[in-house]
Amino acid sequence: MLSYALRRLISLALSLAVASLAIFLVVEVAPGDPAGFMLGTGAQPDTVAALRAELGLDQPKLERYLSWAGGMLSGDFGTSYTYRTPVAGMVADRLWVSLPLALYALALSTLLAFPAGLYAAARRGRAGDVAVMGATQLGIAVPNFWFAMLLVLLFSINLGWFSAGGFPGWSDPLAAIKALTLPAFALALPQAAILARVLRSSLIDVLGEDFIRTARAKGLTRFQALWRHGVRNALIPVLTIVGLQFSFLLAGAIIIEQVFFLPGLGRLIFQAISQRDLIVVESVVMLLVFAVILVTFLTDLAYAWVDPRLRRRR
Amino acid sequence: MSLLSVRDLTLKIGATEILHGVSLDVAAGEIVAVTGESGSGKSMTALATMGLLPAGARASGHIRLGGTDLLTLSERDLCQFRGQAMGMVFQEPMTALNPVQRIGDQVAETLRLRGTPRAEAEARSADTLARMGLHPERIPPSRYPHELSGGQRQRVGIAMALALRPRLLIADEPTTALDVTTQAKILDLLTRIVREDDLGLLLITHDLAVVHGRADRLAVMNKGRVVETGPTARVFAEMAHPYTRALFAASRHRATLGERRTYGPLLEVRGLRQDYPLPRPHPFAKARSQTALRGIDLDIRKGERVGLVGESGCGKSTLTRAILGLEAPAKGIVTLDGARVRADRRDPALRRKMQVVFQDPYASFNPRHPVARLVAEPLHLLGPVEDRAERVAEALTSVGLDPADAHKSIHAFSGGQRQRIAIARALVTRPELVIFDEAVSALDVRVRAGILDLIAGLSRSAGLAYLFISHDLSVVRGICDRIVVMQEGEIVEDRPAEDLFAAPEHPHTRALLEAAPVLPDSAGRAKEETTCD
Amino acid sequence: MIRRLVPGAVLSALFVLAALVSYVWTPGDVTGVDIASKLQPPSPEHWLGTDHLGRDLLAMLMVGARTSIAVALVAVGIGMAAGVPLGLAAAAMRGTLLDEVIMRGNDLVFAFPSLVIAILITAIAGPGAVNAIVAIGIFNIPVFARLTRGAALALWERDFIMAARVAGKGAPRISAEHILPNVTNLLIVQGTIQFSLGILAEAALSYVGLGAQPPVPSWGRMLAEAQTLTAIAPHVALMPGLAIVLMVLGLNLLGDGLRDVLDPRLRDLRT
Repeated sequence: MLSYALRRLISLALSLAVASLAIFLVVEVAPGDPAGFMLGTGAQPDTVAALRAELGLDQPKLERYLSWAGGMLSGDFGTSYTYRTPVAGMVADRLWVSLPLALYALALSTLLAFPAGLYAAARRGRAGDVAVMGATQLGIAVPNFWFAMLLVLLFSINLGWFSAGGFPGWSDPLAAIKALTLPAFALALPQAAILARVLRSSLIDVLGEDFIRTARAKGLTRFQALWRHGVRNALIPVLTIVGLQFSFLLAGAIIIEQVFFLPGLGRLIFQAISQRDLIVVESVVMLLVFAVILVTFLTDLAYAWVDPRLRRRR
Repeated sequence: MSLLSVRDLTLKIGATEILHGVSLDVAAGEIVAVTGESGSGKSMTALATMGLLPAGARASGHIRLGGTDLLTLSERDLCQFRGQAMGMVFQEPMTALNPVQRIGDQVAETLRLRGTPRAEAEARSADTLARMGLHPERIPPSRYPHELSGGQRQRVGIAMALALRPRLLIADEPTTALDVTTQAKILDLLTRIVREDDLGLLLITHDLAVVHGRADRLAVMNKGRVVETGPTARVFAEMAHPYTRALFAASRHRATLGERRTYGPLLEVRGLRQDYPLPRPHPFAKARSQTALRGIDLDIRKGERVGLVGESGCGKSTLTRAILGLEAPAKGIVTLDGARVRADRRDPALRRKMQVVFQDPYASFNPRHPVARLVAEPLHLLGPVEDRAERVAEALTSVGLDPADAHKSIHAFSGGQRQRIAIARALVTRPELVIFDEAVSALDVRVRAGILDLIAGLSRSAGLAYLFISHDLSVVRGICDRIVVMQEGEIVEDRPAEDLFAAPEHPHTRALLEAAPVLPDSAGRAKEETTCD
Repeated sequence: MIRRLVPGAVLSALFVLAALVSYVWTPGDVTGVDIASKLQPPSPEHWLGTDHLGRDLLAMLMVGARTSIAVALVAVGIGMAAGVPLGLAAAAMRGTLLDEVIMRGNDLVFAFPSLVIAILITAIAGPGAVNAIVAIGIFNIPVFARLTRGAALALWERDFIMAARVAGKGAPRISAEHILPNVTNLLIVQGTIQFSLGILAEAALSYVGLGAQPPVPSWGRMLAEAQTLTAIAPHVALMPGLAIVLMVLGLNLLGDGLRDVLDPRLRDLRT
């Protein structure tokens, strides 16, 4: 088990190194000089050169990559070209909105999906299954940001239960959670629909396995066989989806933040794009990719927890 | 009164009737075997008794277990009977156990569900496993199924079925997926338990030889009917029904090989060695490998018919792939007709001389191609061929099929016919050597007999040399001049067939021969034959 | 069996048809501004009403369908064109360094959700429909590569592939003759799913301004523009959303139907 974790950890580190290099290279080949962009078209060449030197843009590419990547390792994300403040601080503030939102949505999605998937699999082919599957078919087709707009229309504008947007900060945790509730629901619903479908079909696959028949021959009822032998075996594909969903939720959070005017990473990154504040874009993208790779790592560990066969092999 | 009494069991799936009035009895302490070919309804009879029929199946008649008619019970009450009053063991030990649960927990589960305290359930589970030969000091109950061999898993399966000490055990082909030596041990175990616990055992098997010497009584099924039933010895002696006779004859069938001929050398295998890398325990560990072949030397002469026998994992398949040039060996060389076989080089002139027939008639063909294209595929080796259609027709005719079927889809053919098409495909380049890789293992006995005759006939008429690979000594027996026995990557015995059967030299060969279940002579006595005709 | 295809096929075909018709006829002008008739509710004159600039919503949706379908279709094309050969090659060279490199590269691309790719591209090259296509297309590559490799790996173990190798055929020829035809059904089904995901992704990208730029109409931007008006004219926000839902629903139903119709073959292969 430990060696399995170690191998996964090495692969995590390698992925991060390659991903950071890829991001750096892609941004490096970008046309347009951030210094010139910041100073405007009328700037003197030597003023631009001075600013380039100050921003470190005149250094060789390899050195710049190493100092950027090395800085990130020690929590130093560099200094924003536009605001001249440390990127780490800007990102950290925003992360406190985006990350809780994604986790909130992930929790909601899982909570909605599991009962629905289990119920549909247990009632396979009957009315309950058909109803749940119909609902999930619709859930998958709904764009989350549009669903968010509908939620605002209903719960904020018509019913007045929630505010239509904005974020009061974490000084009042209850108010903060309330402000994140509609966005989290909007994010979670389509993902819950996908998850419920995957869980259902995975359960149905497992129910066709020989060991379920063995369990039934031992005297377990249909539901006991499903619950005691089906669920854990069905979890393997489900975990993959939960892992993938986190990255979709984090990316989706960027969009949902636009609907609810939440001061998260999404707002930061769109601002940075319009101001060509490349170091901020780089850092936020790297952070998102890091989150995805980390979740993949955790998913791999979860596999081994679920499936003893993986603890030894691979 | 018998323990289990099945009367007029009729089973319908949709509108199709699968079983037509099946009746049989199992008394306590008695082994009753149900035998028949695939599709005879023997497994359905077992599943109907357990109440585990597939969705859409409806059973009528009576299945009485200790006085209760199981067919009248609700699903809820049936759950009480399963495990408690009757247990079942299935064919595939690889898939019949839950891969993510410890074996001890799987055996203890039914006890726990019926309210036994955890400690007691675990103790009883360990006891049951020990009784099945899985002693805690060697195979602790904390093992997972993937850490066990096939035979050990089957022991877990039996332990699970017997945890609540039911009176009736149903075993559906419990040893079909196992090696012959393991099969003997599992059958011994089942017999012992039946005698010790006064258990009734309903043993479903396709193999008449397994039935003989094990079962007290026998029911022969064909197309959903019991065609003959009675004490095993009597059924073997009388064989009142023609189907029983046909089944028996096919099981004992030996093809006519004709004169043994040897011409010049054809295949030479020298010092073949193959290793496969094992997964490393951690990334900095030294690379380790498992040796599949430890220096194999093998010769096949032109026109010679050689059998290769060994249990699973002995290296048969690795050797096949190396001979066919599908996989480069770590060491050693293979030459065919004087030319070296290499995995990394395409040599059509060489490849043409060597073809193969695989085990599974359903996996052997691209489902999207018509028969003509399937059979013609190896013609690729001959470059542009003008008489393609003629050659395909010739190959189909030689295996006893109608050339007019060439345009049909492979889906239109049965397993036995597909195996004939596979042979036609192997013959289309007019090869010198054909490798039959378990080519009759998936077939019913009567179909198998036909294919064996076909192979022997082709060898007689065309002088074909072949390597016939099988896990089953009795199959190889009538179809080979020479037999090679493999164990753990080595050839342990390589002798003319008659010598080997008459006086096996190597302990492993002897073990294989002793473990193999034997059919009696037609007179009803079990007599080890000493000659290979 | 074929009946299962009907609902999805009809719904999807409706949108494709609407997009095609929009090239020759639309029920109103999509570029002209007519402030006098802005934010009208659905009426016989404007079937679905008008937006904040007085443009006919049905016409906007029809022209917007062109953008959605084009972006999603080309993105699926990119994903298949690059992903399928990669997957076939990885399976043919299974266990080698090439396989490892392809699969690790796949994992890496999977770490960049299409939105993140779009953000990167936009940061460099500015927003636009082409960037949306590239972003969604790149993300599709590992999807098809993985699917193809997984299915191909199973096929490579099959006896009929062994037979083809014994018949002297090389890996490229076996991939083309035996592997590809037997994964086509799988690819068609997955292609339909990726198409519908592409519609959703395009809508999301153009909603945040990273997709098609004005004056090219797109469903996502219609929603962005309608957002502040939901209180006074909800239909302006409802219509484009409904269009997305129905189109995606149609494609998903089509995918499910195709799976049902094509699956007997797939199942035959798996056993």
